[in-house]
Amino acid sequence: MIWVAVVVASVGCYLLKLAGMSLPASVLERPDVRRVALLLPVAMLSALVAVELFDGGGVLGVDPWLLAGVGAAVVALLLRQSFIVVIVVAAATTAVLRALT
Amino acid sequence: MSEDSRSPIRRDAAAIAAYAGAFGASFGAVSVASGLTIAQTMVLSLVMFSGASQFALVGVIGGGGAGLAAVPTALLLGVRNMFYGVPIAGILGRRGRSGPRRLVAAQLVIDETTAMAVGRDVPAEQRYAFWATGVMGFLLWNCGTLAGALGGSAIGDPATLGLDAMAPASFLALVWPRLRSAEARWVGAGGALVATALIPLVPAGVPVLAAAPIAVVTGLFPRRGATAEGGQR
Repeated sequence: MIWVAVVVASVGCYLLKLAGMSLPASVLERPDVRRVALLLPVAMLSALVAVELFDGGGVLGVDPWLLAGVGAAVVALLLRQSFIVVIVVAAATTAVLRALT
Repeated sequence: MSEDSRSPIRRDAAAIAAYAGAFGASFGAVSVASGLTIAQTMVLSLVMFSGASQFALVGVIGGGGAGLAAVPTALLLGVRNMFYGVPIAGILGRRGRSGPRRLVAAQLVIDETTAMAVGRDVPAEQRYAFWATGVMGFLLWNCGTLAGALGGSAIGDPATLGLDAMAPASFLALVWPRLRSAEARWVGAGGALVATALIPLVPAGVPVLAAAPIAVVTGLFPRRGATAEGGQR
């Protein structure tokens, strides 16, 4: 039974990806579709960050050290640090705070 | 595209791949501990290749759920990759989405590759960022999964190293340059707010999908003078 779930869900997830990639060029090149395509990742990745921070397993909840790590990343971004510095600062902040408590 | 613009992209992609490897290892360990075999675990990482869906599937099975009950949650979490396919198809252009290339590219459409691609301004750099992140991420995610599945409990908890802070921090860092236009800032804030409000109300996966209509409506009905191209050169 586990095999059925693994195969059905895996193939299903791949087909979802393929469906999104398969819009015809005539649709993809319309100016309004291009504007939507530019904004979709902004909306969904922002939502994803919010969910990773505030989803405590189906209820609103926050891990303060995780929030502090991502807060430190925002400070690094405001200071115009590089991508790698930003994600390392986030992980290090969270790890240090967890180790201390 | 010059080597000067490729090497920083490769460096960022390698950083993402490194944490994908570490996360993959924890996925492998969790999956085997949840009762899946090593072969089942590897099929998930190779074919499903979408972290959130994979963790959800083994989570439901490990929690004692009947196997098939895990399928809808995994699929729901995978729907956002379908939405990501629209900007990625545009970025890859006609050549990149024709024939067998499309079949390979589709498998690599995930949060990380989308964020890396849309985080660049020049089309050639966007394509390079997508492929570099996708190929390196796929390799390390799968190597990590295998190591975790074989090593099992020897793999430490990724939370100890703060690795769980890396994913949200990286998405934020990659979306950051897009937030130069007021319109994109509103869309980002709206998406985050709607998703947060829905967390206690709807199944996992839905809050992130609920952010999509905000982008669709804003894109179809732009205010005059405000365009999503604000951050573009």
